[in-house]
Amino acid sequence: MLKDITIGQYFPGKSVLHRLDPRVKIILTFLYIVVLFAASNPLGLLIGIFFLIVAYGVSRVPPRMILKSLKPVLPIILFTTLLNVFFIEGEILWHWAFLTITKEGVATAVIMSVRIACLIAGTSLLTYTTSPIALTDGLERLMGPLKKIRFPVHELAMMMTIALRFIPTLIEETDKIMSAQKARGADMESGGLMQRAKALVPVLIPLFVSAFRRADELAMAMECRCYRGGEGRTRMKQLHVGGVDAVCTLFVLLCLAGVIAVNLYAPPLF
Amino acid sequence: MSIIKTEGLTYTYSPGTPYQKTAVSAVDLDIAQGDVVGVIGHTGSGKSTLIQHFNGLLRPTSGKVFVDGEDMWQNPKEIRRFRFKVGLVFQYPEYQLFEDTVYKDIAFGPRNMGLSEEEIDARVRQAAAFVGLREKHMQKSPFELSGGQKRRVAIAGVIAMNPKVLILDEPTAGLDPKGREMILGQIREYHEEEKNTVLLVSHSMEDVAKYAKTALVMNQGKVFLYAPVEEVFSHAEELTGLGLSVPQVSRVFLTLARRGYPVNPNVFTLEQAKTELLRVLGKGGSDHA
Ligand SMILES: Nc1ncnc2c1ncn2[C@@H]1O[C@H](COP(=O)(O)OP(=O)(O)O)[C@@H](O)[C@H]1O
Ligand SMILES: [Mg+2]
Repeated sequence: MLKDITIGQYFPGKSVLHRLDPRVKIILTFLYIVVLFAASNPLGLLIGIFFLIVAYGVSRVPPRMILKSLKPVLPIILFTTLLNVFFIEGEILWHWAFLTITKEGVATAVIMSVRIACLIAGTSLLTYTTSPIALTDGLERLMGPLKKIRFPVHELAMMMTIALRFIPTLIEETDKIMSAQKARGADMESGGLMQRAKALVPVLIPLFVSAFRRADELAMAMECRCYRGGEGRTRMKQLHVGGVDAVCTLFVLLCLAGVIAVNLYAPPLF
Repeated sequence: MSIIKTEGLTYTYSPGTPYQKTAVSAVDLDIAQGDVVGVIGHTGSGKSTLIQHFNGLLRPTSGKVFVDGEDMWQNPKEIRRFRFKVGLVFQYPEYQLFEDTVYKDIAFGPRNMGLSEEEIDARVRQAAAFVGLREKHMQKSPFELSGGQKRRVAIAGVIAMNPKVLILDEPTAGLDPKGREMILGQIREYHEEEKNTVLLVSHSMEDVAKYAKTALVMNQGKVFLYAPVEEVFSHAEELTGLGLSVPQVSRVFLTLARRGYPVNPNVFTLEQAKTELLRVLGKGGSDHA
């Protein structure tokens, strides 16, 4: 099903991570990125990995989701690994024709790929445990200060919310229209590039027609409820920072402190 | 002779995710050639999912589907063949129209079958006539038509493929009573003329009572009842328990029978009610009243 692509991002649940305030969660995700980049030696990275294991454990998101999130960045990881392994100079371990592998190269490659993997797995956890609506809500509040310089924060967030809200609807609709045309014998699976592009016409036209109709209806419904933009608008779901948020923040800060301590007191790799 | 047969048909949406949902489970069915089957059930009972297996749009998670005695998924490459044998009209089919004229839209199916131009033309005109579309509509854009007309164009688009089985998913949803009567009447005429098999998914017990010979009641993905209409409506209590109402006339006659009036309780349409009342009254039913 087409639907699985986007909806598969969010894993509904009731864990501590799911209950975290989205603003705090976004900030903590940034802090985690800082932790990863501050960690310049293997011990520090171990702290990063440890954090990841704890976070996934607490969130109850199935571990196979880590692999799923890593799949798209695998080429990048491979590429950086190759670059690092072959192009960093230092103590030579192996040499053949114009290729040399150095000790430093291998070490950097391992550190870099672990770092990228942790980075992706960690940030994916944010989208796994936060519904898209909560995420935009958090972003809007975090970007609030930008309103002072006339940046249209509310409008941007509203656009994102609407887009996110309609992605599953449109995908479902695409599925349905495709099925309806297939029921009339449309052949979408075979033929060359041109033929396949042509086969999309019976799907795209009804899809556009319905997208415009929906946009129209939505605009009408919003106007009927006197929507006038962000000015003076209050929200149904208030965001609260509570004990859970404090505990999680403390945990991340401890990890950060750990990494800094390791950097100061453990001997650097090179 | 059976035209559609299923064995242990089960279908699960999004398996292995938190959204996993078994919409149809262990369905064994045998639909006879030439029957008119009314498929009823609550929203979410799996009607739409079930019928999408009959033309191979969905592949069973487990179990088998036979059309005309052939195992559908024997050779998945040839699945398109079954789409022409079993015509499926989706719910709100007017949203699938895309061509610039009504004529071309109806011709989309026959053209995909690879028929000759003369054959396509004959089929389009015949199908348009069945659903009461006139010549003056044929060169219009489908987007100019009224809701009811659009729906009839969409139905014609499937009829034009001359399927052995015609399946309609809630063809009257969102139409006014007059539009409903019209479409259902046309479908019945089509059935009587072509003698093909028709599956009619509907919410309305009245519609099923009036137009179907056999009723298939779905509940939570399972077949709850599959029997001739008369028999199904005699289970009024159980149907009410599922949140499905039997037709109003049936309720009246069931109550009359329960109160001791000498009426036959198996009455589902106004026609039958009239005959039955005249019979009872003519026989001198005044000993009660
Ligand atoms: N594309 C889909 N993805 C996931 N679940 C679905 C999908 N379509 C239907 N369902 C679920 O399957 C169940 C049966 O739906 P459906 O066959 O549409 O029932 P009906 O037509 O009787 O209303 C419902 O619970 C519905 O939520
Ligand atoms: Mg349905």
